[in-house]
Amino acid sequence: MEVDQLQRSFLEYTNSLFREGFLDGQFGQLQLLQDESNPEFVFEVVSLFFEDSERILNDLTLALDQQNVDFKKIDAHVHQFKGSSSSIGAQRVRNACIAFRNFCEGQNVEACRRCLQQVKQEYLLVKTKLEALLRLEQQILAAGGVIPMLDS
Amino acid sequence: MDPMSISTSSASWKSGDGVSDQFPAGLRVLVVDDDPTCLRILEKMLRNCLYEVTKCSRAEVALKLLRDNKDGFDVVISDVHMPDMDGFKLLEHIGLEMDLPVIMMSADDSKNVVMKGVTHGACDYLIKPVRMEALKNIWQHVVRKKKHEWKDKDYEQSGSVEDGERQQKPSEDVDYSSSANEGNWKSSKKRKDEEDEGDERDDTSTLKKPRVVWSVELHQQFVTAVNQLGIDKAVPKKILELMNVPGLTRENVASHLQKYRLYLKRLSGQHHNGLGNSFMGPTDPTFGPMSSLNGLELQALTSTGQLPPQSLATIQAAALGRVANNKSAVSVPLVDQRNIFSFESPKIRFVEGQQQHNNNKQVNLLHGIPTNMDSKQLAALHQSAQSFGNINMPIHSQSTQSNSVMGQMVQPQSRAQILNEINGSHALNIPSSVGQPVFSQAIPSAVLGRNGIDNVRVQTHASVSQPSALVDFSRSQRAEFPGNNTFSKGSGGFIPNYDVFSDLNQNRTDDWGLQSVGSAFDAPQHSNLQGRLDVAPSVLVQPGFSSDQRRGHVRTPSGNKVAFSAADGLGNNTNLGQQIKAEDMGFQNGLFPDQFGQDDLMSALLKPQQEGLVPVESDFGFDGYHLDNLPV
Repeated sequence: MEVDQLQRSFLEYTNSLFREGFLDGQFGQLQLLQDESNPEFVFEVVSLFFEDSERILNDLTLALDQQNVDFKKIDAHVHQFKGSSSSIGAQRVRNACIAFRNFCEGQNVEACRRCLQQVKQEYLLVKTKLEALLRLEQQILAAGGVIPMLDS
Repeated sequence: MDPMSISTSSASWKSGDGVSDQFPAGLRVLVVDDDPTCLRILEKMLRNCLYEVTKCSRAEVALKLLRDNKDGFDVVISDVHMPDMDGFKLLEHIGLEMDLPVIMMSADDSKNVVMKGVTHGACDYLIKPVRMEALKNIWQHVVRKKKHEWKDKDYEQSGSVEDGERQQKPSEDVDYSSSANEGNWKSSKKRKDEEDEGDERDDTSTLKKPRVVWSVELHQQFVTAVNQLGIDKAVPKKILELMNVPGLTRENVASHLQKYRLYLKRLSGQHHNGLGNSFMGPTDPTFGPMSSLNGLELQALTSTGQLPPQSLATIQAAALGRVANNKSAVSVPLVDQRNIFSFESPKIRFVEGQQQHNNNKQVNLLHGIPTNMDSKQLAALHQSAQSFGNINMPIHSQSTQSNSVMGQMVQPQSRAQILNEINGSHALNIPSSVGQPVFSQAIPSAVLGRNGIDNVRVQTHASVSQPSALVDFSRSQRAEFPGNNTFSKGSGGFIPNYDVFSDLNQNRTDDWGLQSVGSAFDAPQHSNLQGRLDVAPSVLVQPGFSSDQRRGHVRTPSGNKVAFSAADGLGNNTNLGQQIKAEDMGFQNGLFPDQFGQDDLMSALLKPQQEGLVPVESDFGFDGYHLDNLPV
């Protein structure tokens, strides 16, 4: 594919993600941070996020499966997930975390499990989309182009 | 502040690169966060700001790094929620040990968490996700801190020095400036100082000299020296000579003296808001365990500059008093407490006396808690303390609620014990004997009251940084008290030392209902007066307390300070009074300007006597005591 085309696709895709609320301004900040000294910055950070998220989601699943659910611990995990998702701009994941925390306060196990499902779902969605985006980036670079800056 | 004017000094940042004009480039930042994603992002952002970044995912590791490289960093950014150590705890440690500006951050933007940051002494609080713009300006915190230190020093020199020495000004800042720049730095500093001097008053007390931590022993030496000289005659130069501590400068002493004076003043003026220092919340004198906060902690906190000006006073007291008795350590600055007893003055007296007696090297800020008091006396005090409620003494308009509470606290416990304990236990943990575990915990609640310091925690490590926090006794802030007893530096608020009175009270016996007055004490109501507050009541009650002597003016607590004074003033038994007098550490002389009409107090105290003390609920929430409710 031509670089131009790739770049256009990249921009369009990114914009759609913003429009649909999957990503927010914070992701833009990450892209701004990417430069010659750190050409793979976004990729690096997003990968870190995936790794960390999977760990947290596992912990959460385990915690909610316990006989005696430790809500404090769950809240701590969710809080952390909220922090990391907001840091990369995964807006919908973050919102799901906020909702989750509210239910944690209520100490309702079933509700929490549902929240966890919701969070997982959002996470998987954004993960897919980010992977697609990163792939586009790689293609652009491979084709000799530069990653275009987003306006949003 | 014009960055350029400090560029010379910035050149002296330890980075040693000698590039002065590039500030804030090269700022050495340590960022601590257990979230790897955030950590990486922050690192990149900070690098983009041209800062030198070190990242760390564990608080313990961060502390080690800081300890191993003292002066290796200019600012620390830390997350609040971390698995191995609470961010606020780390904040306290840093403030105490290294006195670096610390910026807290969290995805949690709830008001109380942010407030916690404030009270613990964080110089800023960032909400995640953190943006570049927020990080770009963090250098201002470094500059501000340095500036304050300079000013402080300068201020100290000009303001506090009786002898008016000024020369030494820059000497302590040498650290910051390379020799090449020293001249410039000094001159610019001077100019700055002169300009700002007027404003320094409030700040100086809070600003501490670079890196001088007033340990209990050091403070004790200081107090001993001051007493020897007599509070009126105690000038930094002479104090320094008497102390004979290598490496200590006149400025350090001057600044500490200033704080000490404020502390004493606060003690007397606070009126024993019930608890004297610590917990006496304005409305409900909760005896809060503040007392535990040993003076050490306060000192430490104070010195770290964590304490905000108001808390400073409180803290000073605490720090100064290092509550030997732990009990009174809490110097809760109940500012609001109007009701705090005016005992302050009496309290102070006690403290003094105690100190001497207690010998705890620590400075017993606990005023009013005469160690020597034997139970009888205490009992007497106790009774009077009870009447505290009523007594509130004219001195302060406060509702003395806290006072009564304070008085109550007196427990017979051997003050010495307490003091000893205090010595050992940083903060409130005080004296088991005391019964009241001053607990840093207790205090926190109490203390927090006023200045909004949530955590007045009386930390175990003297990190009482904010005096203002003191006293919120009334509320059961205890809850707020962070798990760790350590006082967050920020919280400052309680001046543990103030407990002196409480100690007195404590000695008192359980008659004092106060004991239970849990002014925020988590600790059991025991008779141990939580040290702080107790004192006041009992003291007051004592007939025969020669308030005149005390001088402790029992002013209405101006603010946060929980004035232990209540206890002090009250004529704790004549005996006590005498004792106190004898011991009069010298504070009294100058300290309590407002003497409350002791006579009034006395009568007030004597009147109700018994009724006064409404046994405070076990959890000291002074609520039990509301002075208003005291059946006088």
